[in-house]
Amino acid sequence: MTHVAGIDYAVMGLYSAFVLGIGVLLRRSVRTSEDFFLSGRAIPAWVTGLAFLSANLGAQEVIGMGASGAKYGIATSHFYWIGAIPAMVFIGLFMMPFYYGSRARSVPEYLKLRFDEKTRALNAVSFATMTVFSSGISLYAMGKLLHLLLGWSFDASILVAAGVVLAYIFLGGLTSAIYNEVLQFFLIVFGFAPLVFLGLRAVGGWPGLSARLATVAAANGYAPGAYTRSWAFMGHAAHNPVGVEWFGLVMGLGFVLSFGYWCTDFLVVQRAMAANSMTAARRTPLIAALPKMLFPFLVIFPGMIALVVTPPAASRAPSAQVAPAPGAAVTVTATATAAAAAPAGVVPPKLDPRTGAPLRDARGRVVLDYDLATPMLLLNFFPAGLLGLGLTALLASFMSGMAGNVTAFNTVWTYDLYQSYVRPGAPDAHYLAMGRIATVAGIAISIAAAYVAASFNNIMDFLQLVFAFVNAPLFATFALGMFWKRATGHGAFAGLVAGTLAAAVHHGLSLPAGASVGVKGGYLGVLATFPSELAQTFWTAIVAWVTCFLVTILVSLATRPRPEAELGGLVYGLTEKPRDAVAHWYERPVALAAVVLGLTVLLNVVFF
Amino acid sequence: MKLDVRMPIGLFFVLVGALLTVYGAVTLHEPGASPTGVPIDLVWGAVLLAFGIVMVTLARRARRLGV
Repeated sequence: MTHVAGIDYAVMGLYSAFVLGIGVLLRRSVRTSEDFFLSGRAIPAWVTGLAFLSANLGAQEVIGMGASGAKYGIATSHFYWIGAIPAMVFIGLFMMPFYYGSRARSVPEYLKLRFDEKTRALNAVSFATMTVFSSGISLYAMGKLLHLLLGWSFDASILVAAGVVLAYIFLGGLTSAIYNEVLQFFLIVFGFAPLVFLGLRAVGGWPGLSARLATVAAANGYAPGAYTRSWAFMGHAAHNPVGVEWFGLVMGLGFVLSFGYWCTDFLVVQRAMAANSMTAARRTPLIAALPKMLFPFLVIFPGMIALVVTPPAASRAPSAQVAPAPGAAVTVTATATAAAAAPAGVVPPKLDPRTGAPLRDARGRVVLDYDLATPMLLLNFFPAGLLGLGLTALLASFMSGMAGNVTAFNTVWTYDLYQSYVRPGAPDAHYLAMGRIATVAGIAISIAAAYVAASFNNIMDFLQLVFAFVNAPLFATFALGMFWKRATGHGAFAGLVAGTLAAAVHHGLSLPAGASVGVKGGYLGVLATFPSELAQTFWTAIVAWVTCFLVTILVSLATRPRPEAELGGLVYGLTEKPRDAVAHWYERPVALAAVVLGLTVLLNVVFF
Repeated sequence: MKLDVRMPIGLFFVLVGALLTVYGAVTLHEPGASPTGVPIDLVWGAVLLAFGIVMVTLARRARRLGV
């Protein structure tokens, strides 16, 4: 285990003091429930833009994208350049006028205004449940990682992190979460940028990294550029490490999943709703898109480098003692030395929790613990001091992801469930108090979920699967709601339910190659086999979206539409186009969107 | 008036930057201080310090101009 020096603790302590201080300073500005849940709609666009990005910048992003970088190479950038940017441009240009202009206080509330109560209730309940469990899964991942790498107590790690997040949201509400997300954004950038610099320097820059990854590609049976070119090998699923062909990628990830997340998830939309004007709200996702398109260099590159780099001789972590995961059946302390994983750079092998021996796949090759790619690079390349900054950046990513979930949860609970069904018509101060209670409850449930995850890992896999089924059809409902005035509440509700069921059935009838029947699919019988889990996920999403789209249209045509007079501000064609009162051309959402899309195309061409 | 977010961010990076710069300078020749051969604490500390100063300056300027 790596020794953490006093200077490293000093940086972490300073960070904790600042995030709490921001909460304390903002406490005075929270007077109404709108201040607490929507920041009084008074935040400038660059702040909401960075928060929009940062709320999504949880453990999934930093650790997960590093892991995918080590596993799939630069093709992981599709999660950004295809799987995020186009959707961020779309919501900024076309959807934000309805979210912000309708004065809805949440995404489920927009569904109530546009459709009906039952559609709102379905979305609010599923979203509130998902946010607290996602927050718990993230908390569990953090506690496990810190225990594994640094030997810190699992209990203490999650309780302290959750306590800090609770304190600053409880005090300053959404403004506090947003301000801290901006601090966390800069911290993650400054914490990981030197890692990429030192790592690239150690492997001989991009040419050196490409040459080393070509060897890995050959060893795994791919063409030499399979890990360093994002599109060239997407013609056939068997030719790239992702195991997906271009159509499944573009439709499944680039359209259904990406638009479903970035355009409908209240966790990110809430940040834009806090903006101080319609133009600022529309610019929020576009401003976020600029750093977002560069994030592959910050979070994917460390994973790619970790797979092939030789650890420096004077490294602080030459023999990282990996402690047993909490909840492991037998206590084992295995040594995952860099030497033991020599062909895999600094990425250690995955260990069998019962025997402590490295796991091997069907072909007898050692299975690597890709989730440790980025953290191990950090431990190997950062000296005391900078290690504190890197660890703080990791902590910041966990905290910002958790805060994003908790602020979205307390708003949806208070406005869409409590105010609507439990106690309508109470004074505003009552809902403000309920928001604070919901914050405490949301954190408490997250902690409980983290312990559930530690004890029953499969339950969390199952829950994430259910969340995926619920999320997959969402964009069809919103797209039809915003752009087709004939769509009805019955149509939207039936479409959402049918889409979710279609996702479950498709998943139940298919299986990724090499997987066994169960949480990975095939529980209704195996009719189709996919080359990879991602391919199965993308196609499940496509089936769910198409089902929801068709069922919503059919049921809408068979039911009575709402009068057009009631749909002003909610549907395209019945809403006045927003006018942008800006001083410079580059402040216009359309101009910003053109710049964002142009740069994204350029990045795709460079890494084609 | 609401807190300008650039002020706490700037102050945080000024403090962390100063801490790393001083630590990097003091431990420059100690074994293990530069595993990659680059005095990264010293260099990156200075970068953070500069960024922090820019943020604080922008916040102070905005306050002075009342924007």
